[in-house]
Amino acid sequence: MRGPKSKNVQELANDGLTYPDTEFFCKTRPMPVEGQFKAMEQVRNWARANSLHVQAFGTGCGAVELRPLMTARYDAYRYGVMGSPTPRQSCVFVIGGYASVKTLKRIVVSYEQMQNPKFVVALGSCTVNGGMYWDSYNTINRIDHYIPVDLYVSGCMPRPEALLAGFVKLKEMIKEGKCEGANKYLENFDWYKANQKKIIKNWNMPDYNW
Amino acid sequence: MSDWLVKGGYAVVSVTVAAVYGVLLSGIIARTLARVQGRIGIPVWQTFIDIFKNATKRTAVSHGIMFYLGPVFRVAGGIGTLLFIPLLYDSEVFGNFHFAGDIILIIYFMAFGALGMALGAAEGGHPYSAIGVGRGLAQFAAFEVPFGLAIISLAIQYNTLSVYEIVGAQQAGVAHWTLFTNPLATIAAMLSLLGSTGYAPFDVVGPPQEIPTGPRTEFQSEFISLMQLNRAIFAAAKLVLYMDLFFGGATNLLELMIKTWAIYMVPIIVGASFPRYRIDQAIRFFLRVPTLIGIAAVIVADYLFNA
Repeated sequence: MRGPKSKNVQELANDGLTYPDTEFFCKTRPMPVEGQFKAMEQVRNWARANSLHVQAFGTGCGAVELRPLMTARYDAYRYGVMGSPTPRQSCVFVIGGYASVKTLKRIVVSYEQMQNPKFVVALGSCTVNGGMYWDSYNTINRIDHYIPVDLYVSGCMPRPEALLAGFVKLKEMIKEGKCEGANKYLENFDWYKANQKKIIKNWNMPDYNW
Repeated sequence: MSDWLVKGGYAVVSVTVAAVYGVLLSGIIARTLARVQGRIGIPVWQTFIDIFKNATKRTAVSHGIMFYLGPVFRVAGGIGTLLFIPLLYDSEVFGNFHFAGDIILIIYFMAFGALGMALGAAEGGHPYSAIGVGRGLAQFAAFEVPFGLAIISLAIQYNTLSVYEIVGAQQAGVAHWTLFTNPLATIAAMLSLLGSTGYAPFDVVGPPQEIPTGPRTEFQSEFISLMQLNRAIFAAAKLVLYMDLFFGGATNLLELMIKTWAIYMVPIIVGASFPRYRIDQAIRFFLRVPTLIGIAAVIVADYLFNA
């Protein structure tokens, strides 16, 4: 990994892994990386804002609103919004509506595999406060407690226009340098991990998915 | 000594021009396709922004030395291919390096990048990378057959293995282009181009967005930006090679741009019209009709030109 100078400051416990798996995963604790040189960072932020690769992972029912964005009617491509097949190459994670306990695990894995800087757009009322599933036994209410969210698009469901407006707003925020969710996640790593482990009972993965 | 420096400088200029043109061409094509689909489409310079954004990501995860070298091999393969193809005929700056038999070297350089990627993707440890690489190499082996036969046909026709001499032999006029003097070889090579550009129906190796598989699954940040850059350089190199071999080459940059754009439109139009082949269907396709056309091209060339 590039960036932080001091490696192995504090090792992760990786308690959830059993013997053969422990050998396959890195124990290094992830560190926040600040952007260097303010003027250069503005140029980089401009490029990040104009090249939003959305992770094509439908996490909830709201993901159905993502598909029309790429069609001739809404055409998100003209704003530099594109689909991306793997979390490795994407920089925007759209949480498509309610997140069940089962999905949360996948959300965490995918989010951690994305490279810094990364942005999260939470779609629909369910991500804000649980929405119509607020008292469901297997739905989490606030996604903000588990991964840092940059932007909410509320509604049940929000129309593609609302999502498009959200992307435009996200671009403005990135250009202003306000979207530092990836660093926020790593600065408050222990708090986020504790929250996640409270929900995910069978934690059989490393503490950080490199 | 200074002679070498000047030659090296010219090589840098021609690689830069080819890279910028290749990146721009991908934007132009995406925009054209968007218009066909009734969309506005990405800005033509979008790929520049993508490459810059990926190159300036703050973190990158590596899986070992071969993982680093994969994209590097790929770029080396792209630049190496380009350096031995004359961009412009009879030009000091864009002539690039050429010697007797350089076409053999070019064919090997084309495989070089794919093999480097295979090693790099294998080090990534992702099972889908291995599947993607396997598909890529299988398809590569299949579409090289008609292309190789077309090259043999040209070698018989022009009695040389040098791209520069083949371009020179076509300079007398449009009627002297290989397209008209050896149409069978041209058809076989153009069918092979459909596979090597990686558009539908042969895009199962690196599908644009919807299937999370392919050799580049595990590559991110700077690695993917290098690969995007190479995709542009390699596309430009391939188009220039086809233009040199079959469409009379070019003597100025405007002619080069028009001809390569026109050649590129062939796989684009085919890609916009046909659905995707599975990998076994793709291999069978290349080993049937295009290979037969290639064999016919060799036989006809031997009959006509090897008197």
